[in-house]
Amino acid sequence: MYGREGDWHGPPVPGQLALRVAILGGVALVMFVIIFLRLWYLEVLSGDQYLAQAQNNQVREFTVQAPRGEILDREGRALVENRSALELQVNTKDLPVGRERRASLFTRLGELSGMTPAEIREEIRKQTRLLPSSPVTLQQDVDFETVYYLRENQSRFPGVSVERVYVRRYPQGSLAAHLLGYVGEVDKEDLAQARFEGLEPGDYVGVGGVESTYDSLLRGVNGATRVPVDASGTPTGRTLTEREPRTGNDLVLSLDADVQAAGEAAIGQFALPGAFVAMKVNNGEILGLGSAPTYDPAAFAQPRLPMATARAIFGDPDDVATTGAPINNRAIAGAYPTGSTFKPVTALGALESGELELGDTVSDGGSVSYGGVTFENAGEVAHGSVDLRRALQVSSDVFFYILGADTNEQEGDGGPIQDWARRLGVGEPTGIDVAEEASGSVPTPDERNQAYARNTDPESPSGETVDITEGEVTDRPWSVGDSVNLSVGQGDLQASPLQMAVAYAAIANGGEVVRPHVGLRIEDPQGRAIQEIAPAPRDQVEIDPDWQRTIMAGLHDAAMSPGGTSYGIFGGYPVEIAGKTGTAETSVGIDQSWYVAVAPYDDPKYVVATTIERGGFGADAAAPATLQILNELLGVNEEKIDQVSGTSAVIE
Amino acid sequence: MEAFPRPRPFEQPRTSLLERVGFANLDPIALIAGIALIGFSIYTLGVATQDDIPGDPYYYAVRQAIYAVIGISLMLAVARVDYSRFRELRVGIYTAMIVSISLVFIFAEVTRGTRGWIELPFFRFQPSELGKVLLIVTLAAFAIDTARRGSERRRTLRLVALGLFPAALVLLQPDLGTALVYGAVTLAVLFIAGVRWTHFAAMFAVAATVVVGVLVIAPAVGAPILKDYQQDRLTAFLHPSNDAADSSYQINQALIAVGSGGKTGRGDDATQTQEGFLPERHTDFIFAVVGERFGFVGAAFLLSLYALLIWRALRTLTLSKNLYGSMIAGGIAAMLMFHVLVNVGMNIGIMPITGIPLPLMSSGGSSVIATFVALGLLQSIYVQARLSSKRGINSL
Repeated sequence: MYGREGDWHGPPVPGQLALRVAILGGVALVMFVIIFLRLWYLEVLSGDQYLAQAQNNQVREFTVQAPRGEILDREGRALVENRSALELQVNTKDLPVGRERRASLFTRLGELSGMTPAEIREEIRKQTRLLPSSPVTLQQDVDFETVYYLRENQSRFPGVSVERVYVRRYPQGSLAAHLLGYVGEVDKEDLAQARFEGLEPGDYVGVGGVESTYDSLLRGVNGATRVPVDASGTPTGRTLTEREPRTGNDLVLSLDADVQAAGEAAIGQFALPGAFVAMKVNNGEILGLGSAPTYDPAAFAQPRLPMATARAIFGDPDDVATTGAPINNRAIAGAYPTGSTFKPVTALGALESGELELGDTVSDGGSVSYGGVTFENAGEVAHGSVDLRRALQVSSDVFFYILGADTNEQEGDGGPIQDWARRLGVGEPTGIDVAEEASGSVPTPDERNQAYARNTDPESPSGETVDITEGEVTDRPWSVGDSVNLSVGQGDLQASPLQMAVAYAAIANGGEVVRPHVGLRIEDPQGRAIQEIAPAPRDQVEIDPDWQRTIMAGLHDAAMSPGGTSYGIFGGYPVEIAGKTGTAETSVGIDQSWYVAVAPYDDPKYVVATTIERGGFGADAAAPATLQILNELLGVNEEKIDQVSGTSAVIE
Repeated sequence: MEAFPRPRPFEQPRTSLLERVGFANLDPIALIAGIALIGFSIYTLGVATQDDIPGDPYYYAVRQAIYAVIGISLMLAVARVDYSRFRELRVGIYTAMIVSISLVFIFAEVTRGTRGWIELPFFRFQPSELGKVLLIVTLAAFAIDTARRGSERRRTLRLVALGLFPAALVLLQPDLGTALVYGAVTLAVLFIAGVRWTHFAAMFAVAATVVVGVLVIAPAVGAPILKDYQQDRLTAFLHPSNDAADSSYQINQALIAVGSGGKTGRGDDATQTQEGFLPERHTDFIFAVVGERFGFVGAAFLLSLYALLIWRALRTLTLSKNLYGSMIAGGIAAMLMFHVLVNVGMNIGIMPITGIPLPLMSSGGSSVIATFVALGLLQSIYVQARLSSKRGINSL
């Protein structure tokens, strides 16, 4: 301490101070010696023992499920809620090792849950294959006795626990099942999709319906609790950190539960497959949208979907004709010929081509021939001299056959009829905010001719070998008869009830092709609106006001004037409406019944499109069903409807 | 104007740039040890606290680096000033220290059970940290002042009163650990000032009576002076395996952390730190972080740096050109020793939890800056001693 330092000597230190500095230095020395010895003892001599303690001191993160947001109708009535359920779960990581110990655990567990050990094994095998890292749920809504028994005998049930989870609840039963969709656990493969970013396998996500389209908003953010556990995985008490789960946002739908219920009852009464759409004409808000047959979405809130229930909902996978499966949402995914409900589209095309003037009349003799084929009115009725308005009222097929043959083009993308169908959104996705929409199609000469070219191979122009059973091929090229069929909505036309509703809305509102939507508003869990859903119209088409008035008048006469095709149904209706029947010929041999209505006639607010598969004439099934939906929409009491003696033409 | 420049006398040494800016006479060992410590601190914070602030893995490391720049600048500035100037300003400095410590009673909100911090726009300032250094500077000045006046007993009592007054203020915040530092530096200054052995004996007797009174007798008669948690913290190290109490849990986790480090440390597998078992890992328990991550080797390296600093402080004490400098150096040496002993001792389970930082290692601006100011004072004493030895003047 007093030695030389470099080239400089310090001053001499007085004796008294030197002693005291020496004491201070001595204290420092003793201090460092003690610390070093203690460190040596801790780290070098006892290091292994402390390392073992540190390794025994591990953290396990428990996910705290965030409740999903609720789904409400436009009046705030809950359509989908959450309830908490106690689930009996098995954590496969913590199961005992060894065949015998496992077997005896499954036996005990079987007595507890009422399942056989084989069923338990099967369930564990099945669920771990889908979701390897998440616990296997054996049973839902475990009773408290089981919970207490398990808690008291936890040591005899390693890896078995009861967890409180949130599951979906449907207070309105199966109402709007197709629109709502359901929730399911997301698996590893789905997680590759961008919309599932940040999720873990086993998290719940929306499947189908608005549960799928608004999934990220409804979902919420799971919380986590980090708990220290010992080497066997048992929590040692005390929580290290906690992240609260964040409840998902609520979704308010434009749906009116009363209209929805009326619509489902109306299409359900025939015990036939069918669909309906009730929409606001001006902004595309969906008030009701349903499909028959339907199913109970609560089936998906169970831990297991029994095979019988799955077959009942999804159809038999071995049965080719699964189109009858309740899971299909016919209102948006159905692709049908629309029958005479297509006629206003044909009228617009013919008017635009210039071949048809508003005052033009056609002599309807009951039938007309093209290319050696005779096309007849339904029931072979002759309507005499008809103009456009009258032709729509009585649904003169001959009038429209002639428009189809004479004003349309038989090559390329077709003529003004196909053009107007596309402009009004027929045969194209409407862009509705409900998953699984089908696009449908409007037939064109090019498509048919190409399909035919593929079929006639190898001598055909394209010269390639095609298996007729694979892909779209056909046995003949486009002919004028195809235009004739299209003009009355028959043949290869494929459209959904929603597309027809959008097309009629565009005619009724003067040309605005709305984007239909069922979501109205997103609200945070405190009920504050955080996002309004009001998509801009998809397109604005120009419809000559005179054409529009004439078509609407024809549709009005069809429903409200004697001789109209649905006069027998709507003749005495207290609110003036416009409506068109449709009877589509299908491959099954029994006609499909259609009806599209716009109401009120003077000031169109609502459009309702209804179809019943195998329902017969439009006036037989779809028109009366539409009447019931309109009653709910317009507040019409059934008793106020006058019965008219118009037994006239229900045939088209 | 002369036509030719006068030739430079051969003997006159060339003045280097360092000399001209006044850094030539600095003590290089103390300088290097200080910078090495803060560098080690920034590195340790950078690797060990990445998950502490979500989304900002280098929160503590970046702040510590900023404090380091401010602290080192202040150290170099103080090193250039002749510390004897502070002796003339003793009354002003002492008053400023008392006022700044008192300010926290008015402005500061209670944080972690104490109200030691004042919120400034850019950071939270803890006056009691810089107060330690200011107390050393002024107490040494008062000791010189009173050396030739009155009886020795009165002098001792006066100095003890001057030292214990700020200590009492800090104790009331309440910050027991820092108050004990004030006591330790007061003792050290008195010790170097040459206070009689009998006076020290009397002081120890009084202190022992107070400690026994506070810890044993007052709770026994039902009038506890310390709050329960303070009492717990002070006595928990005596029974570290009982893991029900909060304090002993912390000690236990720190012991596991240090012990599990072994000879060379666990590196990135340092679960005690990473998974959050170790409390206050960026401040009070940073030594346990070092112990777990870098093992005995790393901890020994860190302790060697402190040993180097303390050796240089004691060396500066003996080199000082006057008693005032020696007392300051002694006070600073004692301050560093006390901090290292109590903080490291707490981390390895041989000292009670008192929550005082490990100088230059624990994250925190006030502590880092105050320690660098203290190192600046040591440098100033060293520089002045060298300059006076060159001039052949020795006031001692």
